[in-house]
Amino acid sequence: MTRRCVSPSEAVIQVRGLCNRFGPQVVHENLDLDLYRGEILAVVGGSGSGKSVLLRSIVGLQKPAQGNVRVLGQDLLNLSDKARSQVERRFGVLFQKGALFSSLTITENVALPLIEHAGLSREEAEHLAGIKMALAGLPLSAAHKYPASLSGGMIKRAALARALALDPDILFLDEPTAGLDPIGAGAFDQLILTLRDALGLSVFMVTHDLDTLYTITDRVAVMAQKHVLVADSIDKVAAYKDTWIHEYFHGPRGRSAYAAATHPHEVS
Amino acid sequence: MTMRQLGTRPPQPKPTKLVAMIPSTHLTTSAAKTPGSVSLDTSTNPTQLWIAGDWTLPHYHDLKRQTDELSNGFGAATQVDMSQLGALDTAGASLLVELLGVQRLRLLAVQAPNLPESSRALMQTIQSALSDYCQPLKDPEVAVGTQLLARIGSAVEVIWDDTLQLLGFIGLILQTFVTTMLRPKRWRTTSVIAHIEQIGLDAAPIVALLTFMVGAVVAFLGATVLKAFGATIFTVDLIGFSFLREFAVLLTAILLAGRTASAFTAQIGSMKANEELDALRTLGLSPTEMLVLPRVLALLISLPMLTFLAMICGIVGGGMVCSLSLGISPAMFLSLMQADIGVQHFLVGIVKAPIFAFFIAAIGCLEGFKVEGSAESVGAHTTSSVVQSIFVVIVLDALAALFFMEIGW
Repeated sequence: MTRRCVSPSEAVIQVRGLCNRFGPQVVHENLDLDLYRGEILAVVGGSGSGKSVLLRSIVGLQKPAQGNVRVLGQDLLNLSDKARSQVERRFGVLFQKGALFSSLTITENVALPLIEHAGLSREEAEHLAGIKMALAGLPLSAAHKYPASLSGGMIKRAALARALALDPDILFLDEPTAGLDPIGAGAFDQLILTLRDALGLSVFMVTHDLDTLYTITDRVAVMAQKHVLVADSIDKVAAYKDTWIHEYFHGPRGRSAYAAATHPHEVS
Repeated sequence: MTMRQLGTRPPQPKPTKLVAMIPSTHLTTSAAKTPGSVSLDTSTNPTQLWIAGDWTLPHYHDLKRQTDELSNGFGAATQVDMSQLGALDTAGASLLVELLGVQRLRLLAVQAPNLPESSRALMQTIQSALSDYCQPLKDPEVAVGTQLLARIGSAVEVIWDDTLQLLGFIGLILQTFVTTMLRPKRWRTTSVIAHIEQIGLDAAPIVALLTFMVGAVVAFLGATVLKAFGATIFTVDLIGFSFLREFAVLLTAILLAGRTASAFTAQIGSMKANEELDALRTLGLSPTEMLVLPRVLALLISLPMLTFLAMICGIVGGGMVCSLSLGISPAMFLSLMQADIGVQHFLVGIVKAPIFAFFIAAIGCLEGFKVEGSAESVGAHTTSSVVQSIFVVIVLDALAALFFMEIGW
């Protein structure tokens, strides 16, 4: 596996001093985090540690109480609507539950951004949508179905196809492999790796899947005590002295995922 | 023929290396420098296929046209030159895969050694994804006449199924009602009272205002028509009869069909979409008992009370017009009503209220149960529940009018 060496100057996302609170409940306090160009960064943390809120703050769906978030060198919250839309086209976001438009078929879901933003005709857009769906591993039979009649794994794939529709620079994935069977999850990991290498994507991922962490991530950021405790390569993070991190990486699941990643032959 | 130039401009020398260093997608959005192009040079032997520029989404339309013109236009021996290929994204790569085909893609490593590894990997990925995937077939077109007949047929079938379902659901409600009545421990009083507040109390102002104004309008209308006969005094009878027998209950029922039936459908429908109904069932609880019965009972109690309010407000509205424009004082208005209008007219009106209430609640809840998991389905069934309940209310009212006329009330 090749891990990219990236220099800190190429940060596509810079989060500085981020604070988020909901009423009296403080979710983030002085949170700093960078995503470098071309890397796959995974954010892990206990339930309720504010991983999804962080993702929402970065894509501009959540207005932070303090601090700033720069994406591709621009502060999303201070941009005009038009400029913001330009930047947002360079995101692909895969929401936790897919968030497919329930009144459109899968093909129409994927073709929508192509028609609206890339100015393709409906026919071209649906042709290209078919290719994205094939890339995401959707079977042919799903193309003209509505999201309500698809399984959870299929919805994830369709949502990935839609996130990739405009060939984004940054891909945001919120628990991409949750709800997928192990074979599907493994294929999903490989797909993201291939797309990253081929397209130079930067991937920001919230995940709990230890296999994903060990197989495809370049860096892991651990969220605890309202900020990023440590963000480094997985070996260094696993060796970090903290009870939660120790239990996370050296519990039975962590150990087996580590064994699977380091000795793939024995496992297969 | 020498060189068939299909691109927008001839292949230009380089900037291959420069482009290769920058991640390709960086160029896709920032107004890519060289539009992609493909051209076939038949002057050389073997023929040469030039692929140059940025093959990215912004140029997709042009590139698609060019590749469509070229498809099958070159033989197997054609050499492919991709040394001037700029940025490449999935859109462009998919076009290249379709243009070159499986055989040539395998030879790319030999034929185009300058091609960055990442671009080759991208094309391989797309090729392997597409290999067991072709464009989905759409359903064949059916003749318009056949479609028309099919739609009429399915609409009739839907009406028949809906009627059967409604009758079955009414039976289920009655059965649940009887079994629950026998066990006071299972009465959900809190839920019923909460619904009465939402359905009855919250709707009282709008019902009062609406019927007050309709009462005033009816009085004006009556006064205008009856003036010609010198019988303006009968305006009082007109208002009394119309509001006690028909208008109060009908207006209230229609208002609640719009306000409450839709709310029931949306509430139960989103619970269905969220699998909450399934969760209730797996916990061994009956959705009919927990969700439907309290709503039906609440509407059964609220609608007669609102109808009574509507009667009073309609009569007050009419009475006000009478006293202001016809010179019939409120005291005289009341004594005329007392003399002319028997209590059976009030009973004719109020007895319809619980029947309407039962049907509105049953239709609202049943449509909620029919929702199928999507936001659009919630919308469609909400519309359907309002339309159906208004329809049922008016049909029942017409039947009741015939019935009461026949028995001479």
